[in-house]
Amino acid sequence: MLTIDQATHDAIIAHARRDHPDEACGVVAGAIGSDLPTRFIPMLNAAMSPTFYEFDSGDLLKLYREMDDNDEEPVIVYHSHTATEAYPSRTDINLAGEPGAHYVLVSTRDGAHESGPVDFRSYRIVDGEVTEEEVSVVESYEDGTPYVPTEQKAEH
Amino acid sequence: MAIEVRIPTILRPYTGGERAVDGAGATVAELIDQLEVDHAGIKERLVENDEVRRFVNIYVNDEDIRFTGGLATPLADGNTVVILPAVAGGALS
Repeated sequence: MLTIDQATHDAIIAHARRDHPDEACGVVAGAIGSDLPTRFIPMLNAAMSPTFYEFDSGDLLKLYREMDDNDEEPVIVYHSHTATEAYPSRTDINLAGEPGAHYVLVSTRDGAHESGPVDFRSYRIVDGEVTEEEVSVVESYEDGTPYVPTEQKAEH
Repeated sequence: MAIEVRIPTILRPYTGGERAVDGAGATVAELIDQLEVDHAGIKERLVENDEVRRFVNIYVNDEDIRFTGGLATPLADGNTVVILPAVAGGALS
């Protein structure tokens, strides 16, 4: 099960809507071993594509260095599908490189980028196997970890 | 000659769980051949047709080797090599 606070959940959806019709992508980092996504980090989709996303390689290195320095790991890796359902594609499965992460997919198809509910689903992707999991949205985490928005990356 | 090589989570099964290992070589290609000797199976995950795999990033002292000569990128004692899988995907199948 993925447990996520409401503000981070909403921030992922807002990012997906903002970048529609291109795919949006990012990470929510958390303390190693905590399984709590606490630091929302929207990333630039270097592919700038409606059907593909990729972190810029320089951004990727910087991100992993920051997480290392903070004793964090990528608890969530998220991206949007903008014309199809929020389910991992063959490409998503083949390229999934974080066996410990929750892979969150949101879909902004059918006008969801403007209004109405946005499909928000979470998966484990390990060795090519996809397992959907329940998403539990909570007001805040029990230990009181505050939600701190990070600086937005420049968007094209 | 020691070169620190940082190993991503998904490749740690090859290094007995180690996050970083020592490597050696005058180029990235030589380093990877040495890694293969010490951690059999890892090379195939990094290299395809004598090039770095499309969705693997290798950095020498923070420079993506795609911009510094690829596998021929020279190495020196004390360099740090970081291996990271691309974070990529998308609806296109």
